[in-house]
Amino acid sequence: MGEALDRRTFLKAASTLPCMRALAADDARYVAEARFWEKLPHRKIKCKLCPRECVIDDRERGYCGVRENRGGVYYTLVHSRVCAANVDPIEKKPFFHVLPGTLSFSIATAGCNVNCKMCQNWDISQVRPEQVRSIYMPPREVAALARQNRCATVAYTYTEPVIFYEFMVDSAEAVRAAGVRNVVVTGGYITTEPLKELCKRVDAVKVDLKAFTEKFYREVVNGELKPVLQTLVTLRKLGMWTEIVYLVIPTLNDSDQEFRQLARWVKSELGPEVPLHFTRFHPQYLLKNLPPTPVKTLERAKAIADAEGLHYVYVGNVPGHPGENTFCPKCRRVLIEREGFFVRGMHLKQGRCPGCRHPIPGIWG
Amino acid sequence: MPAAPKTRREILGGCLGLLAAEACGQGREQTGKSPSGTQPTGASRVVVAREPALRTGGSVDSKRLAALLDRAMQAFFNVDKPVEAWRKVVRPGEVVGLKVNCLAGKGASTHPILVEIICERLQEAGIRARDILIWDRLCDDLESAGFRIATGRDRIRVMGNDLLGYEDELSTFGSAGSLLAKALTRISDAVINLPVLKDHGIVGVTLALKNLFGAVHNPNKYHPNVGDPYVADVYMLPPIRQKVRLAICDAIDGQYEGGPSYMPQWSWPFNGLLVARDPVALDRIGWQIIEDERARRGMKPLREVGREPRWIRTAARHGIGTDDPNRIQRIEV
Ligand code: SF4
Repeated sequence: MGEALDRRTFLKAASTLPCMRALAADDARYVAEARFWEKLPHRKIKCKLCPRECVIDDRERGYCGVRENRGGVYYTLVHSRVCAANVDPIEKKPFFHVLPGTLSFSIATAGCNVNCKMCQNWDISQVRPEQVRSIYMPPREVAALARQNRCATVAYTYTEPVIFYEFMVDSAEAVRAAGVRNVVVTGGYITTEPLKELCKRVDAVKVDLKAFTEKFYREVVNGELKPVLQTLVTLRKLGMWTEIVYLVIPTLNDSDQEFRQLARWVKSELGPEVPLHFTRFHPQYLLKNLPPTPVKTLERAKAIADAEGLHYVYVGNVPGHPGENTFCPKCRRVLIEREGFFVRGMHLKQGRCPGCRHPIPGIWG
Repeated sequence: MPAAPKTRREILGGCLGLLAAEACGQGREQTGKSPSGTQPTGASRVVVAREPALRTGGSVDSKRLAALLDRAMQAFFNVDKPVEAWRKVVRPGEVVGLKVNCLAGKGASTHPILVEIICERLQEAGIRARDILIWDRLCDDLESAGFRIATGRDRIRVMGNDLLGYEDELSTFGSAGSLLAKALTRISDAVINLPVLKDHGIVGVTLALKNLFGAVHNPNKYHPNVGDPYVADVYMLPPIRQKVRLAICDAIDGQYEGGPSYMPQWSWPFNGLLVARDPVALDRIGWQIIEDERARRGMKPLREVGREPRWIRTAARHGIGTDDPNRIQRIEV
């Protein structure tokens, strides 16, 4: 790939699961020794990248399907193996306090370390790398494409970047060296040591906090809540710019009590300035039996979080809703007007409210 | 329309074909025929057939293995001739998929010699060579277990899902949501499940039920919680329930620890085959055989090491079969 992508070029593998043997023929380019694992007896391996801590036999893969034990050594199979690449508005991630109105070169490989029943990208997240079409895009190419497409950031997104950790870290270094920032869109299911290393190379992290109960994480996500909360705390301790998205799913994570507990926890453990986005669910993958989230539910969630004292609470996936806008928490003046993924009005002045001069946290330039 | 008698080598000629780069997706539409005997009278019978003298000079004697298979099939179906037994499983004109288990390479995979004999018997029962497909997840796995990839349409085919592909639409049941292998959904009218007798380091054991993990695109998602309820839920996906007609567990060698990889230090020659229509009953008996061997070697039961295969119970609750030892007729031959 030497040419710039069109702004809206989307290389997501539209037809999944092609004749994979042909695709696998050149997979040596994508194989690199993995990080964060330990040897166990009898050629077994324990992966320590995410809290799942898979124990993997020789010739087997971990839960994420992209890391493989080959003769007692652990490898990633997705280094530079990009199955989705797109130039998106950064609001689509969504980041509302990171360089509003700019473009983000957004990439993913196949695989994920959880299996959310509402996944909107399951056709790339819940498959093995050889089951989707991918292109070879080494880190220097990622950086070059971001610049060629006038992107202010590279976003590691769509699936779960934790599982393509090695590629993400190597790319982040190349991208930063090229003068472009790095942002990560993640479920936050990662152990602390790799998270800390990652944070040395990236500028902002958006965490999908999928609910505020272990029950939901166990039954709907196939993961755990506690490590995700730990990730959020670690991010804040490290001074990483962090935003939270909470996808509101009717009947599963939409009670007043859960919204309130969530808002209180965010305020006390992370601070009131962390943006919290309540976004609308649409039925898909394994949750087709539920309706889309009523807008009123999102407004209820926002009202509760506002009342608990969070400063930046948003409504998402409802284009044109006033809850997409950023307001000054002090004087209530509108600071950033949005419609869907687009910025319609930018009134911030050097990161401050133009009216009362209150500083608004984020990455603005 | 039984085939004229052939030598085993002639019959398996198809498996010696080129590693051809033929176009994938050479699927065949489902015939829509109802599978014979999906609710068989012998639903909870398990034949455990053994031959202490199965090996000569360290390797499996094909004639004795063929005799063992015949004995097992005749006993299970209570018939006088092997061909009568096979005719209760398949009908001429059907495409028969043989789902082997090749993950662990030579040593802990379905033996090609057993599959060869089964292909011979199928042809004697009227199945054309071209209507037999030997399949597993990956071509590499098949090759590492000793099979040769064969894609020609005029012979027995040997192919992995990586060559044949998966459906585009999800199949779901309970915790399972998967794309099913076209080998199962489009090509095979009937499937004969050919698992191995083996310990599994995560889900306890791998036998008949778990072998169908090879029919889905995402088996790595189904190992948490010692595989419960995933193993049972995957087996509930309709094409699996509808098409798998028989399980013949290759218990020539068993492995009581260290699976699914091949660990020779924990393998033992069981010199046997397990035959059942009911995969739950087969798994219950196979699990017991593994536990007995563990006990004989002074090892703790799987329950005590946190690997009790509870999914066998779950499968019984789903109605796939019975796991109650008192309701399983174990027939030793
Ligand atoms: S990163 Fe993948 S292999 Fe490693 S522990 Fe997580 S799910 Fe398992």
